[in-house]
Amino acid sequence: MSRETALVTADWVAENLNNPSVVIVEVDEDTALYAQGHIENAITFNWREDLQDGLRRDIISKEGFEALLSKSGISNETTVVLYGGNNNWFAAYAYWYFKLYGHQDVRLLDGGRKRWELDARPFVTAVPTRTATRYVAKEQDLSLRAFRDEVIAAIGVKNIVDVRSPAEFSGELAAPAHLPQEGGQVKGHVPSAKNIPWSKAANEDGTFKSDAELKDIYTTAGVDLGKDTIAYCRIGERSAFSWFVLHELLGVSNVKNYDGSWTEYGSLVGVPVEIGA
Amino acid sequence: MKTCGARPGGPSTDGIDLSKQTVIQGQIIRDGIDDAVPNGTPVSNGHVRLLDATGEFTAEVPTNAEGQFRFFASPGTWTLVVQAPGARVEKRVIASQGKATDTVIHI
Repeated sequence: MSRETALVTADWVAENLNNPSVVIVEVDEDTALYAQGHIENAITFNWREDLQDGLRRDIISKEGFEALLSKSGISNETTVVLYGGNNNWFAAYAYWYFKLYGHQDVRLLDGGRKRWELDARPFVTAVPTRTATRYVAKEQDLSLRAFRDEVIAAIGVKNIVDVRSPAEFSGELAAPAHLPQEGGQVKGHVPSAKNIPWSKAANEDGTFKSDAELKDIYTTAGVDLGKDTIAYCRIGERSAFSWFVLHELLGVSNVKNYDGSWTEYGSLVGVPVEIGA
Repeated sequence: MKTCGARPGGPSTDGIDLSKQTVIQGQIIRDGIDDAVPNGTPVSNGHVRLLDATGEFTAEVPTNAEGQFRFFASPGTWTLVVQAPGARVEKRVIASQGKATDTVIHI
């Protein structure tokens, strides 16, 4: 993977708004944003309702993913362009789903909704109608997904990258600062984890930093890119962003997203936890 | 989010337990041309970044239709960075528990 196959620019999107082989999908943390205005012809996925199992704590099943894409008019051959607010957090999370279920051609809009807005590009409120397809997903590619036992076994062995803010890593905050500080789980981080906040990878306008800058961020923080890496955050979406940087932009192999993340790990009985910077 | 009538500033804190939360919030206002509109249009397409005392990024939110934003932080010194088409403004705030830190930022 590389920047050329994983990212598109706002200019590219503007030129492909009516391209029948392209489907643009907005995925926001704030699910009300799409209704207020979105890129022309973009559809939306609701990360809570469309991308979560709804009963168990898990991502949607293969059948659920197939049903979502089929009703959205996305075929196996479609070029899917994802974008969203908050520097593409949840768009990157959706991107990880597409790769997990084996979709061939999926891209992120570099800079997401924010860069589009800062450029004063237009938003519309019209919701497009799309003809349903019969999407066939592959089985989950578990080389992209880490589970809790693997994280515990990785302590002091593999790279564990905690991509939350420094205040969450140290145990000062329980959640990102734009969310209420609630939750019954303990605060802190997985021992031996390096704190490399996801935001280090983004420019202030929401676009990704250059490959050289990105590589430097990780190696300077002591991450040996030749070793296996597990990224986590609080609920798995910011770590999907950092997984995207490592696996898709820099082409580092064997990087997994631990989507259970701190809400799972910080609630486990008997596992080691560290606090402080 | 609710609007707050004529009072400039962040959204209503009804329903938030301010004894437990450290709230930093406010409203972004675009001044008119040549300051002809001193308390001008709310910026509904703005983005506000919250940096900690060391300048480290902590969180970011878009403004709402009234140009308002809100963070739940911890007591201390923070920097707000406001971005909107053609504008970028920084403002330092001191947050404490028990009372929302409310600010109006003109761009």
